[in-house]
Amino acid sequence: MHIPDGFVNAPVCVAGGLLAVGGLAVCVRRVGTSMRTPGGSAVGGSDIPLAGLAAAFFLVLEAPIFPIGVGTGGHLLGGTLAVALLGPWLGPVVVSVVLVVQALFAGDGGVTALGVNVVNMALLPALVGYPLLIGSARVLTRILGRARLAVVVGCAVAAVVSVLAGAVLYSLEYAVGGAADVPAGTVAAATIGTYAVIALFEGPVTGLVVAALLRLRPDLVRVGRHLTKAPAA
Amino acid sequence: MSGAAHRPGAQPVVAADTALHRAPPQCKVAATAVCVLFVACTPTGVLWPYLGYGALLVGTAVIAAVPARALLRRLVVEIPFVFFVVLLPFLASGPTVGVLGVRLSLAGIASAVAIVLKASFGLLATGLLAATTPLPEVIAGLERLRAPVIVTAIASFMVRYGELLNSELARLRTARVCRGADQRWLWQVADVAGCVGALFVRAFERGERVYLAMLSRGYTGSLPPTLTGAAASRFAWLTALAVPAVFAGLAAAGWVTRS
Repeated sequence: MHIPDGFVNAPVCVAGGLLAVGGLAVCVRRVGTSMRTPGGSAVGGSDIPLAGLAAAFFLVLEAPIFPIGVGTGGHLLGGTLAVALLGPWLGPVVVSVVLVVQALFAGDGGVTALGVNVVNMALLPALVGYPLLIGSARVLTRILGRARLAVVVGCAVAAVVSVLAGAVLYSLEYAVGGAADVPAGTVAAATIGTYAVIALFEGPVTGLVVAALLRLRPDLVRVGRHLTKAPAA
Repeated sequence: MSGAAHRPGAQPVVAADTALHRAPPQCKVAATAVCVLFVACTPTGVLWPYLGYGALLVGTAVIAAVPARALLRRLVVEIPFVFFVVLLPFLASGPTVGVLGVRLSLAGIASAVAIVLKASFGLLATGLLAATTPLPEVIAGLERLRAPVIVTAIASFMVRYGELLNSELARLRTARVCRGADQRWLWQVADVAGCVGALFVRAFERGERVYLAMLSRGYTGSLPPTLTGAAASRFAWLTALAVPAVFAGLAAAGWVTRS
């Protein structure tokens, strides 16, 4: 989903850039209040290294596993994992840092399309995935009666939905402002098709990583923090 | 932390003492970013501006005493990311040309060429930055350019953890293969995910100790002012921004001659 240069036209790029800068400014401001006292609390203090680790993690693990798609490379996105671990404010900032580094130092995604990429892959999981994650975890807790399993399944569901939502959003962006001479229908079919497969991987992997972390270090999973205070809710 | 060497795809700093190595990092960071942006803005289907970009980059590389091979080796990292462009000539619409009996779309070829060229020249420009500027200096430069503290803090931790993760990942992979794992089998996905979780926790616990040590030495999220260097002189800014100015001229000329 890393859109290269010249795939979407200037208005879409500019709109994406403005949205991305605005959204990230809000995120940075909301995070900033907890950043000023890095040593203040154990939780706030470990947020910065955790964020850096998550960023390195995405950079190392985001080796493209589905390099073929129309106009987009495909691989696990990790946006939902980021918001699950770091919360809806810090998560998008981390994914955006990764996207900037990938665009500048790996040629992955265009520099002019960076704003659009940030909207699709960093802001969308926070806007769509995070509420869905919280909501489904809450509902599933009531149904299953097991809070940890509910969080894991909630993460998986949110990951699947936000990957698909990203693919749909990209198809819409291309339909509005596609600049390459590939028909919008072909792009939409290829993108949504590829990402349906990726979503099937992304969901279980996100859920399983969250499950492993909940078992080993539950304090590192933001959405599972209520579990450490009141286990077996 | 030993600098840029450990990020995937990055080359180590080419040790030398040239004007480019000594230049204030904030100027180099800004100039590189603007150059990459202007390369990206070059219109599709116009190729001659890339000759100008190339000449400027070669000139800068000569001044910085960066060997061509070190720069060109960086281009390897883009291969998986730009691989899909191979498909573009087959999928795009519009007038076609027959090559060996296969219909290829002209517009598709043009956008494929443009994507590869833009990605390559962006990589060459950031390669020059990485070859002349150690990563702590790049981050110091970003701080001087008033990037939010959280962004520079995340970036510096990301660099620190990159090497850590790669080596832990290799160790875990060896251990799994020794136990008969084969990641081609889908039912072993739980094992892979557990591995990823263990990797995360292992690396984090190492990093957390480092972070606590940093806090005890007075880390507040940004580098101390003595490390972020002095403000750049107006002369440094002017020389640094001369290169992106030429890039801007070339990109603009590309748009003018296109129509």
